[in-house]
Amino acid sequence: MSSIGTGYDLSASQFSPDGRVFQVEYAAKAVENSGTVIGLRGKDGVVFAVEKLITSKLYEPGANKRIFHIDEHVGMAVAGLISDARQIVETARSEASNYRSQYGSPVPLKYLNERVSMYMHAYTLYSAVRPYGCSVVMGTWTDYEGPQMYMLDPSGVSFSYFGCAVGKAKQAAKTEIEKLKLGDLTVKELVREAARIIYLVHDELKDKQFELELSWVSKDTKGRHELVPRELATEAENQAKQALADIEDSDEGEM
Amino acid sequence: MATSVINTYSDPSLPEWMSAPHSTGTSIMACEFDGGVVIGADSRTTTGAYIANRVTDKLTKITDQIYCCRSGSAADTQAIADIVTYHLNFHKMELGDPPLVETAAAIFRELCYNYRDSLMAGILVAGWDKKKGAQIYSIPIGGMVQRQAVSIGGSGSSYVYGYVDANFKPNMTKEEAKKFVTDTLTLAILRDGSSGGVVRLGVITEAGVERSVILGDQLPKFYEG
Repeated sequence: MSSIGTGYDLSASQFSPDGRVFQVEYAAKAVENSGTVIGLRGKDGVVFAVEKLITSKLYEPGANKRIFHIDEHVGMAVAGLISDARQIVETARSEASNYRSQYGSPVPLKYLNERVSMYMHAYTLYSAVRPYGCSVVMGTWTDYEGPQMYMLDPSGVSFSYFGCAVGKAKQAAKTEIEKLKLGDLTVKELVREAARIIYLVHDELKDKQFELELSWVSKDTKGRHELVPRELATEAENQAKQALADIEDSDEGEM
Repeated sequence: MATSVINTYSDPSLPEWMSAPHSTGTSIMACEFDGGVVIGADSRTTTGAYIANRVTDKLTKITDQIYCCRSGSAADTQAIADIVTYHLNFHKMELGDPPLVETAAAIFRELCYNYRDSLMAGILVAGWDKKKGAQIYSIPIGGMVQRQAVSIGGSGSSYVYGYVDANFKPNMTKEEAKKFVTDTLTLAILRDGSSGGVVRLGVITEAGVERSVILGDQLPKFYEG
């Protein structure tokens, strides 16, 4: 699908003769090179799992987190250029805060999604700026609307998902996600599945080290977005490693 | 030939009521019942001692399922209600869902608090939404917001606080609530000179709004000496 748009790819304010805006497509390329992010929306909540690639043993563990809190009830996991993503986080936080101040209640995710999408889209219109090189996944759980999850890409387009994946191994991850009956799973089960999938799709040869970041927002957390508690996260990781070892040990290693 | 223009506001030979501001003297009330909320108001607007409108509708629609009861200055409350309606319509389109009652109350509060020195408005916001069901938010002069299960307002309300405290019960049926509101407003009208006319009622539930009027001769009868 990739082609070079020589001459028509210098700024976001130009179309190519076949109707593409290359700068936006290049921004999507930046996202494709980043560590995988998975979002799973189940029966009673939403879970995020991020494959945070570690490029040096000298880094402090837990540095450069890729999952953020927007308001108490909204979580955001990011893929792509991390500093671009941090700006999106700031914008989303500002929108959520303004909504609360004006309308007296926590921002509905649908509304926040619209605002952030329009913001990202605005950067695809002008030659003076470049599009944001990041995709973000936002999720929440409220007791009157249940779990919701949206994924936004650099073009400003967003969809609501039951399960989504973005980043290096998104194809492999999507295949795994499609096998799940998401509507039937609780967040505890989703955490295990998400960890298993990340370990499964992680490329041992190309990228050595990675940290698994897990977060959730659900009925059990009373609608607060939180990082998955350490014990549950460790247990999920161990199960994931075990599942991987089982596959490698078996005769037909099925990836 | 010089024509003389009468300035109604400063000419002392004219009666006071020609220059007094329109006030909704008023008795207003809102009451939660099981599954919805009943709102009610009298229908008298006064300029001084003159009754400028004896069939006023003080129950103003903000959205399909959110209404407000207006008391205080008629001009102020109409202007505020118009602005809030505008904001909420816009918000409803952005949201893609019917707006929440607490959102309407928050917008009312922004206006009533930030412009408190210029306004004279006591408002009851009442309605139904899918998040919290039936709700009433009282926004008296000054701009504070308080959610209540039953609330009264306007000049006539002073005379009926005791009656309301003694007779309100949570989780009434619709008919009980309508009777309670009608009785309370009738008593307020009987004692407050700035309240009178007919009793206008509204019932807001998940299904929508029903409006009704109880004409003067059909109001309940109480001891009048």
